[in-house]
Amino acid sequence: MERQITCINCPVGCRLQVTIEEGQVTKVEGQSCKRGETYAHQECIAPARMVTAAVPVADRSVPVSVKTRTPIPKEEIFNCMKQLSQLTLNAPVHMGDVVLADLCGTGVDVIATKTVE
Amino acid sequence: MFSNELRSQVQYVDVLVVGAGPAGMAAAIAAREAGVDNLLVLEREEHMGGILRQCIHNGFGLHRFKEELTGPEYAQRDIDKVQELGIEVRCGTTVLNIDENRFVTAISKEKGVQLFEAGAIVLAMGCRERPRGALGTPGSRCAGVYSAGTAQKFVNLEGYMPGKRVVILGSGDIGLIMARRMTLQGAKVLACVEIMPYSGGLNRNIVQCLEDYNIPLLLSHTVVDIEGKDRLSGITIAKVDEKRNPIPGTEQHFDCDTLLLSVGLIPENELTQQAGVTMSPTTQGAVVDDNLQTSQAGIFACGNVLHVHDLVDFVSAESFRAGKAAADFVQGKQRKGRYVDMKDGNGVRGVVPQRLLIPEGETESVQVMFRPAAVYENATVVISAGGKEILRQRKRIFTPGEMAELTLKPDAIQQIEGDTVTVDILV
Amino acid sequence: MKIIIIGGGVVGCAIARQLSRYDADITLLEGGVDVAEGASKANSAIVHAGFDAKPGTMKAKLNVDGAKMYPQLCKEVGAPYGRPGAMVLAFLPEERATIETLYQQGIENGVEELRIIERDEILQLEPNTNPNVECALLVPTSGLTSPYELTYALADHAAVNGVQFIMNAYVNAIRKEENGFVLDTSKGEMRADLVVNCAGIGSGELHNQLSPRKVKLIPRKGEYYLLDHVLPLMFTRTMFQCPSKMGKGVLVSPTLHGNTILGPSAEDVQDATDVSTTAEALALVNERSRMTWPALSLRNVITTFAGIRAHEENGDFIIGAVEGCPGAYETVGVESPGLSAAPAIAEMLVGQIASENQLPEKAEWKPAPVRKKPFYAMTLEERVEAVKENADYGAIVCRCEQVTEAEIRAAIRRPVGATTIDGVKRRTRAGMGRCQGGFCSPRVLEILSEELGIDPTQVTKGGGNSQLLVSTIAEAMGKEEA
Repeated sequence: MERQITCINCPVGCRLQVTIEEGQVTKVEGQSCKRGETYAHQECIAPARMVTAAVPVADRSVPVSVKTRTPIPKEEIFNCMKQLSQLTLNAPVHMGDVVLADLCGTGVDVIATKTVE
Repeated sequence: MFSNELRSQVQYVDVLVVGAGPAGMAAAIAAREAGVDNLLVLEREEHMGGILRQCIHNGFGLHRFKEELTGPEYAQRDIDKVQELGIEVRCGTTVLNIDENRFVTAISKEKGVQLFEAGAIVLAMGCRERPRGALGTPGSRCAGVYSAGTAQKFVNLEGYMPGKRVVILGSGDIGLIMARRMTLQGAKVLACVEIMPYSGGLNRNIVQCLEDYNIPLLLSHTVVDIEGKDRLSGITIAKVDEKRNPIPGTEQHFDCDTLLLSVGLIPENELTQQAGVTMSPTTQGAVVDDNLQTSQAGIFACGNVLHVHDLVDFVSAESFRAGKAAADFVQGKQRKGRYVDMKDGNGVRGVVPQRLLIPEGETESVQVMFRPAAVYENATVVISAGGKEILRQRKRIFTPGEMAELTLKPDAIQQIEGDTVTVDILV
Repeated sequence: MKIIIIGGGVVGCAIARQLSRYDADITLLEGGVDVAEGASKANSAIVHAGFDAKPGTMKAKLNVDGAKMYPQLCKEVGAPYGRPGAMVLAFLPEERATIETLYQQGIENGVEELRIIERDEILQLEPNTNPNVECALLVPTSGLTSPYELTYALADHAAVNGVQFIMNAYVNAIRKEENGFVLDTSKGEMRADLVVNCAGIGSGELHNQLSPRKVKLIPRKGEYYLLDHVLPLMFTRTMFQCPSKMGKGVLVSPTLHGNTILGPSAEDVQDATDVSTTAEALALVNERSRMTWPALSLRNVITTFAGIRAHEENGDFIIGAVEGCPGAYETVGVESPGLSAAPAIAEMLVGQIASENQLPEKAEWKPAPVRKKPFYAMTLEERVEAVKENADYGAIVCRCEQVTEAEIRAAIRRPVGATTIDGVKRRTRAGMGRCQGGFCSPRVLEILSEELGIDPTQVTKGGGNSQLLVSTIAEAMGKEEA
């Protein structure tokens, strides 16, 4: 399988042609440095993203911002947002608090990035 | 400036910092660490942190902290430091006026009108977004058209959605970030429209905010009509030619209830101008020397009020230098030497600093920053003075979306002859 | 006697104020969410001296009379007024004849201090004028106001004297019955003994429902540019152009708040509610303005807007009793110089109504409510006092125009108070500056929601369905109720 992706390591934004066979990257073309190849492997085999969101807090007029402690698999983003959307937190919430453990079975916790007293 | 009656109420402050965003906080921390006790920060919002408070996405701090933080987390590190150092910060306090003698008027609900005389002032007011009116886009003046940052505030700080079907005009980073935010929080983003043939945002954001969600990026396109009686009901976009004029026959219509604008940032310099500071028409910020001092002695500027940065890490770095320089100023550490002007050459827009001191005796390195005027691949930046090259650096790519930064080392500075230094990009 | 005034523009509100001197049960119905929502919010803000209208017309008489009433009226109700003067510029030798005609017309209409001046004097008085100018009519008595601020002030004064204001009450139809009038409105059926039709662009339709002699109003759209007041004023006077074969000409004028206004275009349109701007008209305004001001740069444009004028096909105001319909009065076809004429229209028409219906004058007519000076115009000493008295003066909500929380709350609490973001903006200037509400609109929205006791998602920009927020984030993400 052939895939076209944009390298995000620097502003050049090389268009990479990546060949994937049996779940393995077998060829990367179009990169102008070594970082492009590394990125192609990572992005084509196990793309992952940090997810951040605003989550309502009961009886408070301001929401609290949260993030996944580490990146989660890219294909899980919408499932995760769906789970996050069912969440209403109770004040006080402190920066660094785990507000949801093991998001969608990814093993990744969601933590608050803001304090709401 | 003040009547006799008011004069008795003037409070003297060694260093007064205007703004407690990332720039103001860094300046205050540096001033305190340099030994300034009588230090005051004035912040118009109710909280410290500035625009970082609403930037809940990750990607901040890679240079400074070597880790990836969200905006509020980055801000909190400085807030903690400000508090640890016992720096007085007055929130909810708006500065109304600054004059050339460093008399400052401010107001707050709690303390009413407050008058200060400052030994040194650090301006750190940040920037604002270019509004729709400045674009002259024709059409209805209905509800549903917001600058991206206003929408970001509604969603991230207030918990409200400004719309459901969204088009974004401008592909600056805030626009890209909002494309993803609106999508994640349940809205449908139809397209991101950019008048230039390239995006002003980072590749990383184009991939992770647009491509991840299959949001098309339409380059060389602009909005030509805005429709809707009360609330926005649709927009028309068209392709533009090299002169950025819409090409008839290329119109495309979108049904949408929201148009977010991410069409540029403008340093917020009304106070700077009141103080009689010389301005740069290119950066729309103050003209400063390598110490971040403006044309008015003892008034310094840093962060986005000076020139619009791409990364907060650089704002912090610049502001630490401004805070230290303000401290030096009130402590009477005078620099001696001769000044030279720094000028934009080929492909270079808005060199900061615009003035450089060639000191007698010991010299420190100077950071030179600017925005490339266009995209240049495999180009070389050259700094020269008096017909002599003093620095040459090759780069794989220059883009207007990314601030270019160079370090002028002491030996290079000592080589400068004549009274003008020019920065050029050679393709 | 139950009187209904239809329309809350500057004319309707001036009539409401004037009628409130008399003992009657008076209601003003406004189809929009606020007063000054039609032509009164989007025009050139000029108090014309009166040289432009044909001698002998209603327009000429009421313009000159109205303009003379302005200084005193604005003082009484607390509205802005200034008299910077004006010039009408001629660029071609053949336009000199037009200038002379305007001069003669002005003299006939009773305009004082008019003078024809030549290039040197023009450039001396207004150095940024196109040096190719030929000659000009100098009009020292030309004035400026803020049309919507005047309308709000007139409405407030009427309200404290008992006039009831009902917004969002659009009059669909009106008919005369044996004992009065029946109005079919968007707020239900209403009855009145006497009606005054001041419905602006809608007044023709209501006239035709009451009178056998039909009229035709043509909606004429005018588009404008507004430049930021950070720019030093390049012209201290209102600079008109000669009407010529090139078209009507546009004006370049200062506003009382130090902005510069350019416009208007003039285009007859089908839809009287369409106040969208167009690329073509704006380009034309830009091009024609350059004739007056060659160094014009659009870099400092903060907004563009359009207004609709009600042009009557015969070109004059129709003011008085509706022909063939006793008890009905009207002001129809009030286009430029309608703003200038408004005080005189009110005085004349209310005089007629009072005498024909033997309305008794009230024993006491309350003065207009005194409003505090805006914060931006206060001296430092005044600011010190203001914030001592009311801490809300210490919170600057709109940083561009320096508008405080105290003033925003006061604007909402006025007798005819703001109920929308735009209503707050026009009453206080919050959101009128460089950032166009980017920073302050979330806070203004919050204050409106508090003061009006409504959910933030119900706050509108300008009434109707112009809500700014569609839902909470939880609702948008499809949160299932527990």
